[in-house]
Amino acid sequence: MTDPNLVYTYAVLRRTPEATAAVTHLRGVAGEPIHLVDPAEGTPQLAFAVGHVPAADYDETPLKAHLDDLDWLESTVRPHHAVVAALVGCGAAVLPLRLATVYHDEDRARQALDTRRDYFLSLLHRLTGHVELGVKIYATPDITPPEADTGAGQEQSTGLGAGRAYLSIRRRRQRRNEEAWRRVAQAAAHLIETAATLAVDRVAHSPQRGSLAGPGPGTNVGNDAYLVPAGRVDAFRTGILAAAEGVPGLRVEVTGPWAPYSFALQPEPEPAA
Amino acid sequence: MTVAPYADRPVALIDLLDRLLQGGVVLTGDLILSIADVDLVRIDLRAVIAPVAASALSQISEAPCPRPPAV
Repeated sequence: MTDPNLVYTYAVLRRTPEATAAVTHLRGVAGEPIHLVDPAEGTPQLAFAVGHVPAADYDETPLKAHLDDLDWLESTVRPHHAVVAALVGCGAAVLPLRLATVYHDEDRARQALDTRRDYFLSLLHRLTGHVELGVKIYATPDITPPEADTGAGQEQSTGLGAGRAYLSIRRRRQRRNEEAWRRVAQAAAHLIETAATLAVDRVAHSPQRGSLAGPGPGTNVGNDAYLVPAGRVDAFRTGILAAAEGVPGLRVEVTGPWAPYSFALQPEPEPAA
Repeated sequence: MTVAPYADRPVALIDLLDRLLQGGVVLTGDLILSIADVDLVRIDLRAVIAPVAASALSQISEAPCPRPPAV
């Protein structure tokens, strides 16, 4: 590579005045200005929102190394998302691209717009006018899955009386826990049914675990994304809130609205032979 | 139950990673690198990008006393 810059693509847009206006003043993952790239052929219906980024960071080898660096990832993910969110916020119809979709030059990006025009248009057609909302369901810490309720301290009970008393206490505790878990499970199922009536589609992400999962109490048992018509966002939130209301042991977080990241995954059709 | 407000909260990194590493249009050909091919080493990242199998929630809705997914 002699060119020190590569082309980082953020999103596919309909080529509208809103889209043109939206990219001005935007800055990308490397602090670079964002601009639109049109397809090579014909009247532009679509465009990529792109920025030029240093090859020293975004060529294959450095990029691979960076992707294992959580701090670098965060410093890239946040501005990437900010660009997409700003485009959506300006009223542009947006297909968000996966992180680190990088071309060697703008000509290759243009060719991708040409060859995938119908694919992009069909995805945009399906997603325009919709947003993504996240619903994260937590079981609070006082409720444990029944299988986890093992008899800690069992070895300390001695004698028949102590053993019986211990077992009786343990059974009572188990029953209480099982009932609480069942209530949470029923409420979670009800929540999903409610969401299904208000949303167009649903994608289940992996439950969030580990140090990145945040300091909130409880176990994340549901981490779903819903595709919701833009006009129904408030109804969705209200519906979820009502379905979760009054259920002890249940905590719900609604995130978004997001650009429809989780629903931009319709497989690309095989090229005709 | 509590429902957290969303407008005034900073976006959580893990929610971003769920979407930007697992979602978004995946393009092929002529790219520098496809992120789908990258083996992300960090344990946190592996947790985030674990394949989307049946969610814990679908297990809950199908079985009365399910075991949550292994941590």
